[in-house]
Amino acid sequence: MVCAGTGCVACGSLQLRERLAAELEKRGLCDEVQLVITGCNGFCAEGPIVVVYPEGIFYKKLTPEDVPFLVEEHFLKGRPVEKFLYTVPSAKEKVPLMKDIPFFQHQVLRALRNRGLIDAENINEYIARDGYSALHKVLSSMKPEEVIEEVKLSGLRGRGGAGFPTGKKWEEGRRYTSFPKYVICNGDEGDPGAFMDRSVLEADPHAVLEGMAICGYATDSHQGYVYVRAEYPLAIQRLNIAIEQAKSYGLLGKDIFGSGFDFEIGIYPGAGAFVCGESTALMYSLEGKRGMPRIKPPRSTEAGLWGQPTVLNNVETFANVPSILLNGSSWFASMGTSGSKGTKVFALTGAVQNVGLIEVPMGTTLRKIVFDIGGGISDKREYKAVQIGGPSGACLPAFLLDTEVDFDSLDDAGAMMGSGGLVVMNDLTCMVDTARFFTDFSVDESCGKCVPCRIGMKVMLNILHRIIRGEGTIEDIDHLKQLGKHIKESSHCGLGKSAPNPVLSTIRYFREEYEAHIIDKRCPSLVCVDLIKFQVVPEKCKMCGLCKKACPSEAIAWEKKTTAVIDLEKCIRCRSCIQACKFWAIE
Amino acid sequence: MTKLTIEDLKRIKEEVRSSTLLREGGFRAKITIHMGTCGIAAGARKLMSAVLKEIEERKTQDVMVTTSGCAGLCSREPMATVEIQGKPPVKYCDLNEEKIKEIFLHHAIQGEIVEAYALARGSETTY
Repeated sequence: MVCAGTGCVACGSLQLRERLAAELEKRGLCDEVQLVITGCNGFCAEGPIVVVYPEGIFYKKLTPEDVPFLVEEHFLKGRPVEKFLYTVPSAKEKVPLMKDIPFFQHQVLRALRNRGLIDAENINEYIARDGYSALHKVLSSMKPEEVIEEVKLSGLRGRGGAGFPTGKKWEEGRRYTSFPKYVICNGDEGDPGAFMDRSVLEADPHAVLEGMAICGYATDSHQGYVYVRAEYPLAIQRLNIAIEQAKSYGLLGKDIFGSGFDFEIGIYPGAGAFVCGESTALMYSLEGKRGMPRIKPPRSTEAGLWGQPTVLNNVETFANVPSILLNGSSWFASMGTSGSKGTKVFALTGAVQNVGLIEVPMGTTLRKIVFDIGGGISDKREYKAVQIGGPSGACLPAFLLDTEVDFDSLDDAGAMMGSGGLVVMNDLTCMVDTARFFTDFSVDESCGKCVPCRIGMKVMLNILHRIIRGEGTIEDIDHLKQLGKHIKESSHCGLGKSAPNPVLSTIRYFREEYEAHIIDKRCPSLVCVDLIKFQVVPEKCKMCGLCKKACPSEAIAWEKKTTAVIDLEKCIRCRSCIQACKFWAIE
Repeated sequence: MTKLTIEDLKRIKEEVRSSTLLREGGFRAKITIHMGTCGIAAGARKLMSAVLKEIEERKTQDVMVTTSGCAGLCSREPMATVEIQGKPPVKYCDLNEEKIKEIFLHHAIQGEIVEAYALARGSETTY
């Protein structure tokens, strides 16, 4: 129905009708769609008006130019065209539903089920979301063995990175009968770009406390500690408040729910050494000693904190526990892959549109995470790699984007799940430099106890520096691979065993970039400044002047319709021009 | 305080449900400011002060203000959620003091969603 009241006719509704008739004819839709001219619709302000029945869809302010698109979308494909729709000024139709926004649509919230919904500093709001009812269920109706069995059946694996089956760890913890025993929550999150634990502790601290109390009951322990980085003041503050509130309600302390079970939780702020995220180093640090890993066995479940049996799990692992006990193991195991059940929280950062904290079912592909949830690469750049697993992890190239995130398939790709840092990198990222960055990190954070990690990583770093300066030789690549292999095999702890991964994975997937640095003395991504000439390529320069605007040291001469020229005397090699240039015209 | 029993848990749950779900709490609207580290770094505390100041100046009685953790989309912080009794909550992103005042006036007081700043309505699915 095309309105042909005076108002709409004055706005061009007759031309609109003609165009509609022609378009419907062209598409062969004349028999299905009847075109009717109506009298004044009454809403002249928004004319020309077209109403489509039977749905009664109301289009406003249409022009003849809009017609081809409208006909194709609405009449051919059956999709009402949002942008022409009329909406009441205060109506909500224009604001999409959460479930229709890709960022939220593909997420499944379990560990983060209370995010954004409750006040973390008010225990009542946690209780209103079924908080502490799992603890009550466990204490009033389940034996410790049944709790362990339930966790085992759920298939929950440690979310700190290594993926050790949680139920099995608890079973071990229960088996040893030297008292006292301890429960530790590992919140020493140190991977660059990772902030999962912090967000969970800030948003929902009681979920972690409840998970720890359940673990205490299952493993016959009465004392828990949360080891959390001192750099997370808000998390510590909210944990403190949460513990106080839980105590005042008798949900921590003596005789919880009148069941006779006692459980206390203390907080220990860690000083921020990366190695203290390793379980044995963490326990030494908690004892007040220097944080250095020791050789296992004995495992911590046999001799951990102060030599006593200790069960240590990650923040996210504990946050998953209450809902497993409340909803049952089969509920938990209904999601995920055969070897990895449930969901995983990731801190999605780097060169994506939507930076944030996400939780997805195990088995979600990297492509879905980067392009659907992350919204793709920002600044119209190209995807190059995704770094998963932090300094222990790997950089995965485009052809591995369909890898499913679970513990086993990431292992197969030479990466690891890690605690959940996901850094997306674009085409302005040099993979040799990235390997250098993570190796530098590992060298800084190595505790120095064992030779392969302390010396080996330093040697790797020196070689990488040489390659980046353009002084590498082709033998260096094999040397790096060999060194990496030995360091992996002979280091004491998990950190050393995985520290060469960033180098090994970039050689495996981006060998050509190493070769470009070594053979052509060229950095393809224009990152390594020693290999950049800082010259404008006249053929590529579009004379737009963006480089001049970006230059902080006035080293670029440019005027309208002239090619830019860089004065190397003034150039401070900061790469601002390279980042500003959209045409790769600076070499 | 005395030890809680399961009955107490249920009672608290009901009490909080009714007050936060705005049915019987005497509130018509609820504003949640997302105050994780990311939100605070982006300026969530200023939003909080701005809202509290508006409430004080207007002597508003029926709008509840509360805080919560990170809403997940850290790059669009500061964020806030406004919920009017009986309607799905609406999330706003990339806020500042001016915007939150506008939202307070139009959405919390007058009930009209400020489309320009709104990200989404409804809740996330939890399992």
